[in-house]
Amino acid sequence: MTQIGVKPEESYLNISEHLESTASLNDSVHFKGLRNKARKCFQELGFPVERRGNEEWKYTDVSPIAKIPFEMPDLRHQQFVRGIVSTPVGFGKSHWNKLVFVDGQYEEKLSVVKDLPDNVLVKDFNKASKGDYDLIGKHLGNYADFHGNAFNALNTSFLDNGAFISIPNEVVINDPIEIIFMTTGLEQDTFIQPRILVLVGDNSKVAIVESYVGIEDTRYFNNSVTELVVGNGANLEYYKIQTQSRKSFHITNTEIIVGKDSTFSSMNIDLGGKLVRNNLNLLTNAEGSYSVLNGLYLVNGTQHVDNQVIIDHAKPHTTSRELYKGILDGKSKSVFHGSIIVREGAYKVNANQVDKNLLLSDKAEAYTKPAFWVYCDDVLCGHGAACGQMDENALFYLRSRGIDELSARSLLTLAFVSEVIDSIGNEHLREQINDMVHSRLEDWLGIFS
Amino acid sequence: MTASNQVVKDVAAQEYKYGFVTDVESEVAPPGLSEETVRFISAKKNEPEWMLEGRLKAYKYFTTLVDKEQVPDWAHLRYSPINFQDIIYYSAPKQKVSLENLDQVDPEILKTYERLGIPLQEQKRLAGVAVDAVFDSVSIATTFQAELAKKGIIFCSMSEAVQNHPELVKKYLGSVVPYTDNFFAALNAAVFSDGSFCYIPKGVRCPMELTTYFRINTEGSGQFERTLIIAEESSYVSYLEGCSAPMRDENQLHAAVVELITEENAEIKYSTIQNWYPGDEQGKGGIYNFVTKRGKCAGKNSKISWTQVETGSAITWKYPSVILQGDNSIGEFYSVALTKGYQQADTGTKMTHIGKNTRSTIIAKGISAGHANNTYRGLVRVNPKAVNSWNFTQCDSLLLGDQCGAHTTPYVEVKNNSSHLEHEAFTSKVSEAQIFYCNQRGISTEEAHSVIINGFCKEVFKQLPLEFAVEATRLLEMNLEGTVG
Amino acid sequence: MDKVKNGKSMLNITDLHASIGGTEILKGLNLTVNPGEVHAIMGPNGSGKSTLAYLLSGHPSYEATSGEMLFDGQDLVNMLPEDRARLGLFLCFQHPTEVPGVRMDHFMRAGLNSVLRSKSLDEMDVLKFDKFLNSKVDIVEMDRNLVKRSVNEGFSGGEKKRNEILQMAIFDPKLSILDEPDSGLDVDALRIVANGINQLRSEEKSIILVTHYQRILNYVVPDKVHILINGRIVKSGGKELALEIETNGYDNIEQSLANDQHSG
Repeated sequence: MTQIGVKPEESYLNISEHLESTASLNDSVHFKGLRNKARKCFQELGFPVERRGNEEWKYTDVSPIAKIPFEMPDLRHQQFVRGIVSTPVGFGKSHWNKLVFVDGQYEEKLSVVKDLPDNVLVKDFNKASKGDYDLIGKHLGNYADFHGNAFNALNTSFLDNGAFISIPNEVVINDPIEIIFMTTGLEQDTFIQPRILVLVGDNSKVAIVESYVGIEDTRYFNNSVTELVVGNGANLEYYKIQTQSRKSFHITNTEIIVGKDSTFSSMNIDLGGKLVRNNLNLLTNAEGSYSVLNGLYLVNGTQHVDNQVIIDHAKPHTTSRELYKGILDGKSKSVFHGSIIVREGAYKVNANQVDKNLLLSDKAEAYTKPAFWVYCDDVLCGHGAACGQMDENALFYLRSRGIDELSARSLLTLAFVSEVIDSIGNEHLREQINDMVHSRLEDWLGIFS
Repeated sequence: MTASNQVVKDVAAQEYKYGFVTDVESEVAPPGLSEETVRFISAKKNEPEWMLEGRLKAYKYFTTLVDKEQVPDWAHLRYSPINFQDIIYYSAPKQKVSLENLDQVDPEILKTYERLGIPLQEQKRLAGVAVDAVFDSVSIATTFQAELAKKGIIFCSMSEAVQNHPELVKKYLGSVVPYTDNFFAALNAAVFSDGSFCYIPKGVRCPMELTTYFRINTEGSGQFERTLIIAEESSYVSYLEGCSAPMRDENQLHAAVVELITEENAEIKYSTIQNWYPGDEQGKGGIYNFVTKRGKCAGKNSKISWTQVETGSAITWKYPSVILQGDNSIGEFYSVALTKGYQQADTGTKMTHIGKNTRSTIIAKGISAGHANNTYRGLVRVNPKAVNSWNFTQCDSLLLGDQCGAHTTPYVEVKNNSSHLEHEAFTSKVSEAQIFYCNQRGISTEEAHSVIINGFCKEVFKQLPLEFAVEATRLLEMNLEGTVG
Repeated sequence: MDKVKNGKSMLNITDLHASIGGTEILKGLNLTVNPGEVHAIMGPNGSGKSTLAYLLSGHPSYEATSGEMLFDGQDLVNMLPEDRARLGLFLCFQHPTEVPGVRMDHFMRAGLNSVLRSKSLDEMDVLKFDKFLNSKVDIVEMDRNLVKRSVNEGFSGGEKKRNEILQMAIFDPKLSILDEPDSGLDVDALRIVANGINQLRSEEKSIILVTHYQRILNYVVPDKVHILINGRIVKSGGKELALEIETNGYDNIEQSLANDQHSG
């Protein structure tokens, strides 16, 4: 479908317009309206490949994404895929409720939706009732503003199916709900545009796991948009775990809005991907919210992981805690750009952000920009950043107690990440992530080899 | 905390005490920037051809930047565009001055420096401090030259240096800050009129503090000075600059360039007390301070240390930086920036680690009051070959009042794994508990603010030479306090 | 009901009500302290002990809603905290505040000089003050180098408490309010702090010692002990009252009070 000499943006627009004209996309009026606006917006913006004065993408060059003519996965292939993927491949327990998407298509057979309290909705958009659409229409696209955000606009140009979770007021759900996006990449250079909307009602509690998995050694482009709305007094634990192919491109946009006296925590784990960029924007829209945003990335080879976290303290008495840690080996690069904004009148805000990188190789590079924008005097804001190799004194101390160097190194490396892993609330996920991180570090550090 | 609020109001409303105008006849170039202006300045200075050529090159480059509208806009500053054709690029007191005899200096100018507390007359000179006084575009007097010359130290105006030491100027001018570096550096390279030049020969420890005092006087004029300090192998110098300007409703532009070079084992300590006119209570007038300051630790084991106390200017845009090229070299940046009224400051530093085992320390303290906005912007870059490098950065902000802003945007770029970097920052207000603790020991709320803020700045003040530390404390207190001293 | 020496009491609190952030903490408190007396105020957590200490010294978060506080004959309500300090009222903080970058000795001199100034007395220059300070540090067996550090910054719990007593010696106040001077102290540090307090006792000076535990009263023997529960002094007595609390706890007192009320 891609023609030679056509600009990459045009190629996406052509596909999207073709789908629109053949009525292949979700026919809700709200969806259609968003798609039309987003297409126009994406056309105007183009990919943010400009190097000069491009502060948002200063350390991450997305021109590789723009250069590759990614295609929609061919639906005929789905039959084949269904044949080979027979069990869900996420990180949760098998009995957890889950919505599974393979190469962008919802797979009912792999999904689990059962034993949910009344009025709790866990479904793909296509299964939404007319009443559900009223609710979806009220929220979808309201928080993730695609103006000025090319990747978001691109995602919205293809707005079709997605995951929809709605928890009414006063409901506590014990087991996490997982949303799995599996990309096989069995065809050459495909793209998928995952879309998620989660609404958590007042005084309700739930954990959501967004999992991105794929087959190793294939190349694809994942570009997702997630909107999370946390009600007053609600508690949302949000996990994003990504272990996709090391040739894949992975862009995510997560918009969170938290209500009065709510608690929100996010855990962002990146182990896969060639080029990863996570935009995480949190708006505290009412007083008294408490938010914890943690992240962990383990990269080697030529992997590149960029985390942009913006916390907008718009209201008084709001607290945020941020802890991102990364281990870098090979020629990998990491970027952390954390902004904390404290608006005028948002007094008694307490915000703290920390980014720490452990560089295992002398070719790895770490870029950190922890910024504050404070417009209110009665606040307490702190940030810290540290970069470097392993503490030689600590290493020596361990060795002087008879621990061999390799073991000492692995012990200290694990200690470095344990602070983040220990903060994972769900026990099963904590174990899963702990195991993945351990096995990866064992590979790198050459233990058992 | 009503008493505390009063203090905050007082702070925000403090008046500028150096705002008088000196009535002196000046030779002034017509406003506007053209090749003619550049040639006029060069001719006035009786410059050799190579200097004029350099200026014209810079001018051409500057015009291409203007054409491409490449005025830097990344700083957290808001101001109306500067019209470069409205500015007077050359203004000098008419009277010719012979440097040997201060009696010939217009008494009005001498009086000006007296009022500023910078005595130029022999009998009243600050003990052990050599002063170069720059009035608008030209250097008025440089003291203690003869004594310094005995040690081989050259301390003179840039104009004199061009005449008397062309080989040094040719070799080093623009070697750290080329005219292509940035918009304002290009402008400065084209039209700079004077400034200080300092050369410390091999093995010499400069026996006294060297000082330049900059004064903008003429209405509508800009000041574009150029300072160049060269410390040869195993030499040392401590240098201080001070600045002030009259109160005027229009904004005046100050676009200076400072270049420092240290060879092996040499050290330069550069201190600034910047008190340009900040504008009135409503934010009208004041100096636009766009300054490029950079040092190069060219030799092994050399050291450059910047200390700045920034209390003036409507807009401050400056990032005294160090290129750590020599192995084991050290760069330091200590800064206090106080903004009140409608002042805006976007200031910080850039430490570029190139050599092995290079170390840098950054301590930046920002204080915001009134409607002011204060931004720390810094970059620490560790290149792949700068193995075993080390950086510590601390940038803290203190907010006085609820209309002001404090912002911190540090960039950290690490390209090897044997280096260690640490960054800490904190933003807060003066806590009620601290004020009450002071109150309980009999210290009034106003005094308590002063005590706490001085404590906040202490790490920076202790880097200043003693006399100037006293001056800085006094300046800060004057800016902060209402009545009690 | 208390005997007033020289016809004038040091502190006279009548029917004091006070609140913080709209919540009433003190609910009609009466207390008279005469010169030379040491009063211990004991009570369970949340009874209003620290509120009383802060209120007397003028902390802006605490508001006296009604009642009277007379110190040396002067009305304390609406008086600035620094003016109370200058009149000779000293609060020994339970959690002394850190003031980064401000040297301890400079801080004390600034405070002392402002007190001297308010009395039109000569201020102390650095040399004179250093000498004066040196003559006092032994009272609390304090490391002389500590006063060169920033105010309370990086001090251990014991050092902070000793430093407060040192300041009490420096300021030589008429009335000292010691807010839990024993909290967080091991037995050695407690002995040092208590010794310091005892050395500062005199016929003209008064001390209010706020504490949860009886422990420190073994060292600093009070003239009177008051039990503060739920914003009121519910029982007063001699030092034996403290021992009774030690043995029976506060619950017992509350219990017997409830009983008294029923029977009375």
